[in-house]
Amino acid sequence: MPRSASAAPILLMCPPTYYAISYEINPWMSLKRPVHVQRARLQWEALYRLLTQRLRAKVQLLAPHPEVPDLTFTANAGLVCGRTFIASHFRYPERQGEEPIVGRWARLAGYRVARLEPRFHFEGEGDALWVGSTLLVGFRFRSDAAAHEPLSRLVRAEVLALELADKRFYHLDTCFSPLSAHTALWYPPAFDRYGQRVLQRLIPDLIAVSERDALRFACNAIVLGRHVILQTGCSERLRRQLQQRRFSPHPVELSEFHKAGGSAKCLVLHLSSHA
Amino acid sequence: MASEIVQVQGHIVDSLILPKVLDEIMDHRGTFEILAIEIGKRKTDTSRARLRILAPSPRILAQILKRIARLGALPLHLRDISLVRAPKEGVFPPDFYSTTNLPTEIRFRGRWRPVQRIEMDCGIVVEPTTGRAVCTPIARVRKGDWVVCGSEGVKVSPLERAREAQVFQFMGSAVSSEKPKAQLIKRLAREMRAIKRAGQKILFVLGPAVIHTGSAPYVERLIKAGYVDVLFAGNGLATHDIESALFGTSLGVRLDRGEAVKDGHDHHMRAINTIRYYGSIREAVRRRILKSGIMHACVTHQVPYVLTGSIRDDGPLPDVLPHVVEAQEAMRRHIPGVGMALMVASTLHSIATGNLLPATVKTVCVDINPAVVTKLSDRGTFQGIGIVSDTESFLRELIRALRV
Repeated sequence: MPRSASAAPILLMCPPTYYAISYEINPWMSLKRPVHVQRARLQWEALYRLLTQRLRAKVQLLAPHPEVPDLTFTANAGLVCGRTFIASHFRYPERQGEEPIVGRWARLAGYRVARLEPRFHFEGEGDALWVGSTLLVGFRFRSDAAAHEPLSRLVRAEVLALELADKRFYHLDTCFSPLSAHTALWYPPAFDRYGQRVLQRLIPDLIAVSERDALRFACNAIVLGRHVILQTGCSERLRRQLQQRRFSPHPVELSEFHKAGGSAKCLVLHLSSHA
Repeated sequence: MASEIVQVQGHIVDSLILPKVLDEIMDHRGTFEILAIEIGKRKTDTSRARLRILAPSPRILAQILKRIARLGALPLHLRDISLVRAPKEGVFPPDFYSTTNLPTEIRFRGRWRPVQRIEMDCGIVVEPTTGRAVCTPIARVRKGDWVVCGSEGVKVSPLERAREAQVFQFMGSAVSSEKPKAQLIKRLAREMRAIKRAGQKILFVLGPAVIHTGSAPYVERLIKAGYVDVLFAGNGLATHDIESALFGTSLGVRLDRGEAVKDGHDHHMRAINTIRYYGSIREAVRRRILKSGIMHACVTHQVPYVLTGSIRDDGPLPDVLPHVVEAQEAMRRHIPGVGMALMVASTLHSIATGNLLPATVKTVCVDINPAVVTKLSDRGTFQGIGIVSDTESFLRELIRALRV
């Protein structure tokens, strides 16, 4: 079941109090490039203010935990479908510590918590994005292809699995961003030819981003109605392409999160719909 | 050729997962057979496909399985077999797995292992320390043996379809008296030469009609030419063979003239009595009492034979095994290495032998009565061909085709 439209979008975020690079589980992370804690805090707060004050989104906060530095990337916590919270099961043990913390929060927040069988890895909204009434899931680097079948039973919708082809874009939300039911940003080389065909068939208006923009995580955008929040440094061409389609881009500086292979979208989890 | 059955399910059509799985198999030089496919009718319905993957080697199969597991196509047999101890001597646990005669593997401690000495209607006994799996007839199971129960973790491989037209494909299993025999026998002869070249054994199962029809000299020539590696028969074949060697008759009928001789009806009893006097066929040959015939040729050419008794036997000859379970065991000992079984003019022995043979053994059943040939395939020995023919003319043609 896709999210239904409602007035104010609700998001889940987690302050980067304990955020750090303490392991390397994707090509972006390097223990030699530590996070500047204070700068990270300021960047996260600027994003929080943009979302809550200018764009009037409601944000719920997840309490940070000292043992799980990546908890701040709430997009990977799970997938919300109505009142059901489909909890993630992370591929790397480094992040599996987040699972009970998120599960506890979801139960207290009143969700019915659903878990896939433990043999399936699934990394929540990081690898699962709605386009109209179809859920697209990325697999290979983090989530498993076989997880899409039990997932389709939980969400009672068509779930199409797409294989990711470039390990720099290890989650679906790093190379693909649906803007509406007909429009999406994508970086084509991050998909194999089968995935490219599926997307081309499903979405009439695909905006291909350049490699430079893709590496600035242009596709890791938060979409709230016609507002698109993405990292600073993306090209003028992309900005024009968005504006031509009546989307307003909002650049935010998220360089400290980029170091961990994350950007705007990774920092929020949709708890309700956006138009 | 290695094979595995996998299943893939979900929205595998619209997401192109299924075509991708098939492409991956072919890219790795594998082939596939779609065993079942269910396509969802509405957009939200999922689809499911079950495939048999065939690969030229186990290594390539493992590569293919690894690739397609990533796409969510997983082997159906992910679990190990379950083992239960045999409750008594000669008794399987209630839920035991009953075997077929097809090549069978079991999954034990995560690894596929072939079942040795496969035979239909038996159980599988596993030695837990080594993982060795042996097909075991019910009478041979010992109390406390670990027996495979249920069908989880058991994989049965169908016989491969031969690429070129071979004699066993040529006729299929259908039995008909209206098929061209000369061609069939020529191809059979070619196949027999190939079996010998491959170092495999040819097993003959013969009924007494071989003697009655005067075909024994053909069999002798086959034995001398090395085409008979093992012989299974009953008291009747051996008795009449010896009768003909000693008296020139079979059931009192002169084989050279086809006429009944006076008091000929007791010749076979005198033949049995003679052999009983010397203690065994071998001894009678050694003392130069028995100087010709099929049994003589077997002894002089070191061809092992198993003679099994039945309730209507006269005598029997001292070489006949009267206990059927012992006889089965004696027959089983000769099965390993057999590549072809030729069954001529014998109903009960053909079916008994068919039951003991793995499906990989090429089986030819020759009888004048089509019912015998049909019966054999109805009882599960479906791997063979049936030739409805008179024994004498079949063997004569075979000798000619083999040029012996």
